[in-house]
Amino acid sequence: MSEPTVKRFMYINRRAPYGTVYSVEGLEVALIGAAFEQDVCMAFIDDGVYQLKKDQDTSATGIKNFSPAYRALGDYDVTRLYVEGESLQARGLTEDDLMALTYEDEDDDWAEKPSIRLVSREELSGLIDQQDVILHF
Amino acid sequence: MSFEINGKTYETDEEGYLADLADWNPEIAGHMAKEDDCDLSENHWEVINFLREYYDQYQIAPAVRVLTKAIGKKLGKDKGNSKYLYELFPYGPAKQACKYAGLPKPTGCV
Repeated sequence: MSEPTVKRFMYINRRAPYGTVYSVEGLEVALIGAAFEQDVCMAFIDDGVYQLKKDQDTSATGIKNFSPAYRALGDYDVTRLYVEGESLQARGLTEDDLMALTYEDEDDDWAEKPSIRLVSREELSGLIDQQDVILHF
Repeated sequence: MSFEINGKTYETDEEGYLADLADWNPEIAGHMAKEDDCDLSENHWEVINFLREYYDQYQIAPAVRVLTKAIGKKLGKDKGNSKYLYELFPYGPAKQACKYAGLPKPTGCV
């Protein structure tokens, strides 16, 4: 049998976490891609940056707070979460408002490293160009 | 679908996964295991309890690769490998153990 094909997948998230199912489904699909050992990264632009906001509390809405699941991404080897700086800034947010998501680097004695990478719109456009598959949520 | 233990009815999905995580109790795991002709040993419980803690923390049921790695980290290399886990849960460690633990079917499981 030939080696399985590994493609570069980017999951682009542009919607707020609650109110529609796009965000939770997008995360689920990203985890599935990673479970099939694809090269997975995620990008958060526009209202999508709210998905990574820390201290989410949905208790008043009756909707499940699924934000702890982003912390499992590192276990799935999804270690690159690109956040567009312009989108953060436009919403009055900084990196300090986001969850401190990390992964353990297997090649560096399991050192804990940050998964969130702040990028400019221009850098993100370059990253999008490098992907084989782009999925929007 | 549903099943009954001591006069109480529990709802499940079409594959036998518990519909409401909050319904879970150890008797349910025992009942499901019995249906599969599986006797739950201390080693089984270790994995089931681990999965419940994992779900509590991350709100997802881990895929088998992730489960294997995480078990290895917590319980040691001799347990964090597919051979050990498949011996305990021959229907697939993530799938079968998640079911007994009252969790949904693991993400990335087809």
